[in-house]
Amino acid sequence: MAEQTLRQWLLTDTPTSRRHAKLSALYQGWLSFRGNTMAMIGLWILVALVAIAAAAPLISPHDPFVQDLGNRLAPLGTDGHILGTDSLGRDILSRLIYGSRITLYIVALVALIAPIAGLLVGTVSGYVGGWVDVVLMRITDIFLAFPRLVLALAFVAALGAGIENAVLAISLTAWPPYARIARAETLTIRSADYISAIQLQGAGAMRIITRHIWPLCISSLIVRVTLDMAGIILAAAGLGFLGLGAQPPSPEWGAMISEGRRFILDHWWVATMPGLAIFTVSLAFNLLGDGLRDVLDPKGGE
Amino acid sequence: MMEPLLDVEDLWVRFPTRQGVFDAVRGVSFTLGRERLGIVGESGSGKSMTGRAILRLIRPPGMVEAKQISLGGVNLMDKTEKEMRAVRGQRISMVMQDPKFSLNPVMTIGDQIIEAYRQHNRASKADAYAKALEMLEAVSIRDPDRVMRAYPHEMSGGMGQRIMIAMMLIPNPEILIADEPTSALDVSVQRQVLDIMDKLVKDRGMGLIFISHDLNLVADFCDRVLIMYAGRIVEICEADKLSEAKHPYTRGLLNSLPRLDAPRDHLEVLQRDPAWSEAPSVSGRL
Amino acid sequence: MTMLEIDALNVWFGHGRDRVDAVKAASFSVARGESFGLVGESGSGKSTILRAVAGLARNWSGRMAVDGAALTAKRPRSFYKTVQMVFQDPYASLHPRHSVDQVLGETLHLHGFADIDARVVKLLEDVGLGQKFRFRYPHQLSGGQRQRVAIARALAPEPDLLLLDEPTSALDVSVQAEILNLLVDLRRDRGLTYVMVSHDLSVVGHMCERLAVMKDGQIVEVMGVEALRRNAATHPYSRSLLEASL
Repeated sequence: MAEQTLRQWLLTDTPTSRRHAKLSALYQGWLSFRGNTMAMIGLWILVALVAIAAAAPLISPHDPFVQDLGNRLAPLGTDGHILGTDSLGRDILSRLIYGSRITLYIVALVALIAPIAGLLVGTVSGYVGGWVDVVLMRITDIFLAFPRLVLALAFVAALGAGIENAVLAISLTAWPPYARIARAETLTIRSADYISAIQLQGAGAMRIITRHIWPLCISSLIVRVTLDMAGIILAAAGLGFLGLGAQPPSPEWGAMISEGRRFILDHWWVATMPGLAIFTVSLAFNLLGDGLRDVLDPKGGE
Repeated sequence: MMEPLLDVEDLWVRFPTRQGVFDAVRGVSFTLGRERLGIVGESGSGKSMTGRAILRLIRPPGMVEAKQISLGGVNLMDKTEKEMRAVRGQRISMVMQDPKFSLNPVMTIGDQIIEAYRQHNRASKADAYAKALEMLEAVSIRDPDRVMRAYPHEMSGGMGQRIMIAMMLIPNPEILIADEPTSALDVSVQRQVLDIMDKLVKDRGMGLIFISHDLNLVADFCDRVLIMYAGRIVEICEADKLSEAKHPYTRGLLNSLPRLDAPRDHLEVLQRDPAWSEAPSVSGRL
Repeated sequence: MTMLEIDALNVWFGHGRDRVDAVKAASFSVARGESFGLVGESGSGKSTILRAVAGLARNWSGRMAVDGAALTAKRPRSFYKTVQMVFQDPYASLHPRHSVDQVLGETLHLHGFADIDARVVKLLEDVGLGQKFRFRYPHQLSGGQRQRVAIARALAPEPDLLLLDEPTSALDVSVQAEILNLLVDLRRDRGLTYVMVSHDLSVVGHMCERLAVMKDGQIVEVMGVEALRRNAATHPYSRSLLEASL
């Protein structure tokens, strides 16, 4: 009974306080998100990933760095090593579990840097217009003109190999599309009556951009970021694979594939298991992104 | 009165929502002969839904239910989606509010009319072109050759709406459903478009369902008027006797209009009575 | 005392070959406390005049003065304490992600009011909405309720001159009557001056004392509303407009 009234309280059309209105809006979004089965699958995979990363020391059967050369390249299902061992006899399952931390770290950093940079550049460019727009957009074009991985390679080569530099390099190549999206959205928003209305209250450009344009751009950026996440994980894995990202013995998934590559014909699981992990997480992000688009995209709903 | 063209009996349109099922149209019945039937109501009264439901154009999860929607004695409710496609456009046509959204922006108007014509008739390109010119002339477009080569964005609202009407009339439908066809137009253009529709309907002996929020326009233009409120028909009148309407809702709508000949400080405000939406729908079947 | 004076106003969009002259040499003046109507068909430039006065159309020449002070290209914040505008489409004039409380609160904050909470409550009462609407989002409001919020926002800085751009053309007639009544009451209670744009002569006839008829960017006739009622328009275009809307 109490549950029922809470639900009614959340679904009300007549919220009674600021907090109530916010919660109600969130709950409505959650309900339409929950209706999307595929997106829920994506969400659960990611929740599981976060849980695994958080509890890595508790659930991993072995130390991911301990080598056991006597038991190298053990096949799947070996006693004590369900996913086998790699070329140095390290337990692949444990390495995958610890690797999830690195993956999350990369994802979180890129998701913080790239869209925010893109949002800033895009909305300022779109709202201010004129020569500011021209300059910012040409800079964006220059970044877009480079192939992503090549530009990242150049950055890593200049800054030195390592996971932070890999993240920085990926972010630097990832922001231009976000700037483009944010600018396009801003151009349609800025001529809307509600922007005119706030201009008529004497609001400055800064306030209009941050308070009125950002909230409307952010939803489409979030959708785009989740859809791009798969690509970002793959790019990080690619850098790891080329030896320019995480350095051994770090259990980064891309680096693990790179190591396993040498044995791919005789000991296929060494490269395949981290590959499957990358695939699963990328897929989860894509599913989540599709679901979020249905919930957040203002063009889809009312 | 002869056999009606269209007989709608107990039509419901329902939409499932999070808060339960919402009935947009609730048990509406009416017949349409060779006449101009107006459906008036405010936004949300279900008037547009009624028009779309006749063509079964309600998108899922919306549902259409009816005892019957008979077109010349055949129940449209029994038809498959594929059979309905032959009815839409061919036998019942629909004109929407804004022509900008109904015309393809990257095709010339001529190509669109020709394509529409050839979809319904076996004809050579040259024949279709001649027919298209004839159609444009029928809706009083001067210089149809030039219009044929133009793109929709080069047309004014009134022109666009006339072109839409021309396209809808190509297959020679028995019934035309016009959903607020003139609301987006200026008053002077409005008149011209209405006159064209009027003439075509009379000349071809078509039935017209004219959906509008504008009471005076409907009273002027139609033969019979259904007044809808909250998904039901609350009153039916002869159009020329609309000013003598009895239902308080209709009266309220008429009185809330500002009038040049009767200035007053405050306009009358419609007091809505919950009983109006409870009362069963008035039948418009003859 | 003149509230708004427009003299030989030209407004244009674009430049070079793409230049479109939306308003050509328009002149009229509105007395303090008066209600003035601008009538014409779409594209006649009637809304553009309002946008030029409000500072939303930036390319203009000629003279505009509000309350005796000539308007410059850039409007100081104090200008917006005198002049406010209500837009045509209530579905487009409220930020979709801002609640009523946020909309009014931010407006009051920008104009430097301290007692924001009390003023939001008062504004909602004034436009006949009441407290239960305070925390709603636009999608939880009907068209008429949204327009009331837009009117409350325009009233928040306590302006003298209200520019009304077809405030009821997107609404049902019964709701239109409520909004027009509200506007009549607000003008009487607060001594506001209105400049109202409409394509509907009967609405302008109901709301205004004088009106200007516009065609292709030019004002073809300025007349009193009695002349309109007596069907005494002199210009042939005004006559045709009047006939079409009767």
